[in-house]
Amino acid sequence: MVVGMPHIKNQEIADALRKLTDPEIPVLSIMDMGVVRSVTVEDKEVNIEITPTYSGCPAMDMISTEIKFAIDQLGYNTNVKLILSPAWTTDWITPNGRKKLEEYGIAPPLDEELDKRVLVDGERIIKCTNCQSTNTKMVSQFGSTACKALFKCEDCLEPFDYFKCLK
Amino acid sequence: MKDPVLYNYLLMLGDNSMILGHRLSQLCGHGPTLETDIALTNISLDFFGQVRSYFQYAAEIKGGDATEDSIAYLRYERDHYNCILVEQANTDFAFVIARQFFFDAYHHLLLEQLTESADSQIAAIANKSIKESKYHLRFSTEWMKRLGAGTAMSQKKIKKAVDHLYPFVHELFHETAIEKEMKEKGIGADLNLIRKQYDKIVMDVLNEAQIALTEQPDRQANGKSGMHSEEMGFILAEFQYMQRAYPNMQW
Repeated sequence: MVVGMPHIKNQEIADALRKLTDPEIPVLSIMDMGVVRSVTVEDKEVNIEITPTYSGCPAMDMISTEIKFAIDQLGYNTNVKLILSPAWTTDWITPNGRKKLEEYGIAPPLDEELDKRVLVDGERIIKCTNCQSTNTKMVSQFGSTACKALFKCEDCLEPFDYFKCLK
Repeated sequence: MKDPVLYNYLLMLGDNSMILGHRLSQLCGHGPTLETDIALTNISLDFFGQVRSYFQYAAEIKGGDATEDSIAYLRYERDHYNCILVEQANTDFAFVIARQFFFDAYHHLLLEQLTESADSQIAAIANKSIKESKYHLRFSTEWMKRLGAGTAMSQKKIKKAVDHLYPFVHELFHETAIEKEMKEKGIGADLNLIRKQYDKIVMDVLNEAQIALTEQPDRQANGKSGMHSEEMGFILAEFQYMQRAYPNMQW
């Protein structure tokens, strides 16, 4: 089972992929997101496998088109394939990705156990991305996209998103 | 066609997600609060993601010029194999929640078994979808409790919804010839096993929600064999309208 980011030997392809972002979270590259599962290069043929975060993620078609466009521009013939197995987990978001999420205003996912305590028992552990207070309250388990829950900070009163743990 | 039984089984799995997904999508902009509205449409989106996976695979098996879209948009009513429960109307929020809860509890247990399916593509789809169904079940369970143990009005409404919908639950576990064959091949789920776990989950939640089940006979329901309730024609009329009016149209 492949975990984390695939190692890409071809530098220009790796660089191009790192520049592509998730259209719904524009600060996060698809590499940091863990969506790219494998890259194989043979001469000018590039095969890239990607996996969706959630089944219905509307961003997948766009990501797939953008990958093909970006790599084709480097003079390759690119095939992008969507794979479902192994299923994506929030563990594949890189440390860099987690940092960027937080800076962008989305609290990064906790581990499964803590996530449950937050979403089910309403425990106040999630740090507000605006003022760092943990006096935060879940407003809704489902947020602006399928992968997020909506929170509110009771100190600075700002609303923010939390990226739900997916295991 | 390579394997008509597997094809039919995939339609059964996909149609439940498609019809319930469509029912939830009808609530877009009509949820009782903004957060609930977004939650219901998020759940709908998950279902449609699952449908795409099932129908892409089904199209592969059917061969010829079948695509996920032709399977979704161009079948007649009798060629749909979803259970009657998921067709039931969005009468009010209590109906939406009770329908969701009765289905989510089943769906989650079903997917749990399908992750072990001898068919690797079904197993992959189940492994993906089960992470989502966990959230769905959590959402509908909490609302069942909130409505049941809430005010006199919410209790009355959820009780009415449960009384209407529970008689459709037995169809989920009524094994058709297709499901039997798939089970024996190790591809499909064993519905008898699911039923035992299902009853426990449902009864625990109903008890906590202080909702008593009224004794009543099971409804005759053969959606899984293509015999649907009067709701289905209206659903398909709306769902298929664009493709029927403008054949082969694309976004």
